[in-house]
Amino acid sequence: MADQVPIAEGLFTWPDESPALIGGQCSACGWVSFPMKPGCARCGAEHVEARQLPREGILWSWTIQGFRPKTPPYTPPESALTDHGEEKFEPFGVGYIQLAKDIIVEAHLTESDPERLQIGMAMELIVFPYRRNEQGNWLMSYAFQPQAGSQGEGAQWM
Amino acid sequence: MDVAIIGIGLHPFGRNPQRSGLEQGEVAVRAALADAGCQWQDVQIAFGGSTDAGNADALTNHLGQTGIPFINVANGCATGGSALLAAASAIRSGQADVALAVGFDKHDHGAFKVDPQDWGLPQWYGELGLCLTTQFFAMKIQRYMHEFGISEHSLAQVAAKNFSNGWLNPNAWRRGMRALTYGDVLDSPMVSYPLRKYMFCSPAEGGAALVLCRSDKARQFQRRPVQLKSAVIQSKRAGAFDVFSPYLVVDSVPSASQVASRLAFEEAGLGPEDIDVAQLQDTESGAEIMHMAENGFCDHGEQEKWLAEGRTELGGRLPVNTDGGCLANGEPIGASGLRQVVEICTQLRGEAGERQVPNQPKVGYTHVYGAPGLAGVSILQV
Repeated sequence: MADQVPIAEGLFTWPDESPALIGGQCSACGWVSFPMKPGCARCGAEHVEARQLPREGILWSWTIQGFRPKTPPYTPPESALTDHGEEKFEPFGVGYIQLAKDIIVEAHLTESDPERLQIGMAMELIVFPYRRNEQGNWLMSYAFQPQAGSQGEGAQWM
Repeated sequence: MDVAIIGIGLHPFGRNPQRSGLEQGEVAVRAALADAGCQWQDVQIAFGGSTDAGNADALTNHLGQTGIPFINVANGCATGGSALLAAASAIRSGQADVALAVGFDKHDHGAFKVDPQDWGLPQWYGELGLCLTTQFFAMKIQRYMHEFGISEHSLAQVAAKNFSNGWLNPNAWRRGMRALTYGDVLDSPMVSYPLRKYMFCSPAEGGAALVLCRSDKARQFQRRPVQLKSAVIQSKRAGAFDVFSPYLVVDSVPSASQVASRLAFEEAGLGPEDIDVAQLQDTESGAEIMHMAENGFCDHGEQEKWLAEGRTELGGRLPVNTDGGCLANGEPIGASGLRQVVEICTQLRGEAGERQVPNQPKVGYTHVYGAPGLAGVSILQV
C-alpha cells in the first residue's frame, strides 16, 4: 500500500488521529500566523513558536474557483483525473475559516455548491489524499468541510 | 520643490500583436515628450518597468543612449505608481529638473501566472490552486457584500458604467464593436463566485508615460502643467486582508489603500470632498465599490445609494474611472497605474473629448492596488 505523506512538512500534525493545522506564535509579541515560518510579520522578531490551531471554526468568506488555475504552480487533485488519466477540471471551493479569536486561515472547502455555503456556518478540518507524487505516494492535504447540520452560527466565541 | 506633470502619453491598450511591450512603451514615451514639448535629451532621470515585457531601461536603445540614470522598477500593479513616486522624489530632492516615469506590458491570455516563491509563499500554496488574485477579490467582495449589504446589481452596474466610459475612449480596449451592457455582464459566466467574467478586467497590453518637471520651470515646456500634490505608495500591513494571504487576523487591519489615501490627502492638504474626478482600481467591479469607501469618498455600505443616484457616472458628483478603468482597458501591469494618471491629467486639462467631465474639474485622484497588497495614490491639481 502506498504511503501517505503530507504535502508540506510542518503544515499540520501528521500522522495524527485528529490532525490540526500548525500556526506560528511570535515569542516576542504573541502574533499568530499561518503557516508557521521564522520571522514575525508584525514585529520582525526572529523566533516564532509552533502553535496548533483549533480544528473547528466558522466560514468567514468563500468563493468557488471556476476555472483551472495555471500550471505551474497548480497541480490537479487525483479526483480531477479520469480512469484514462486525463484531467477534467471541476470547480472547487476555497474559503477563509475563522479558527479562534485571533486567526482566520485560507483553505480548500470540500463543498463547491454555492447554494450550500454560507458565511457563518460551522466548519471542521479534514486531512485527505490530494494526489499521488512521482513515487506513487499519496500527498495529504487539508480542507474544511461543513459540520453536519450546520446552517449558521457555530462557535461559542463568536 | 513642487512637481508638475508636463507631458502625458499612451500607447492604446488592448491586444497589439504588431508591437512588443517595449515598443508600446516607446510609443508612450515619444507621445509624452511631444506633449511636453521637450526632447529625450531634456530628461535627466527615468524610472520605469514592466512585469512580462522586459527591462524599461532598454528603451534607451530606441530613444537615445544619453547615459542618464534609468532605474528599472518592479512593483507589481503599483509599478507605475512607484515610478511616479521615484520620479517626483528625484525632482523634489533637486537631483533633476525633468524626469520620466514609464510603464508598459504585454501579458498572455488568461489569469496571471504566479510563482508563489516569488512572493515569499510556500510552493504548496500554488500547487493547491490558492495563489490566484481572482480568488482574493472574490472572497473580499463576498465578505463585504455580507457585512455592508452590497448587491449583485451594484457589481453589474459598475462594470456597465466602465464599459460605457471605455466606449467613449479611443485608447481603450474595445471588446467587439459595442460596449458591454448591464445585461451582458450578468449573463457572462461565473468565474469566481460571486464575480462573473465581465466583472473582471483581463490581462492586456499597452504603455503609459509621464514627463515630470519642477513646477517653477514647467511653463517653459507646457502651457497647462498639472500639479502633483501628492504621490504615496504603501505596502501591506501584517494581518490585513490583501492579495495572497494564507491567513488574516480577526481585528481588521487598515488596508494599504486606506493608509495610502489618508497620507495622500494629508500631503496635499485636501480632503475627499475636494476631489472632482477619480480613478479607483477596478481589477473587478467589486474592487471599485470597496475602494470608494477605502479611499474616503463614502462610508462602507453607502455605495448602493451612490450608484443608484449615478454619482460616479460621467455627469455625477464624483465621476470614477472616466476612461473605462481596468475593466474597459484591460490590465497591462506595468502601464496600468500610469494610465490612471494620464486620464486624470487629460480630464483636468479639459481634453477628454466625449468623456470629458463637465464643469472644469480642478482636482483629481488616482488609486492603484495590486499584489501582494500594494497601494499607490496620487492627487493632481490644475
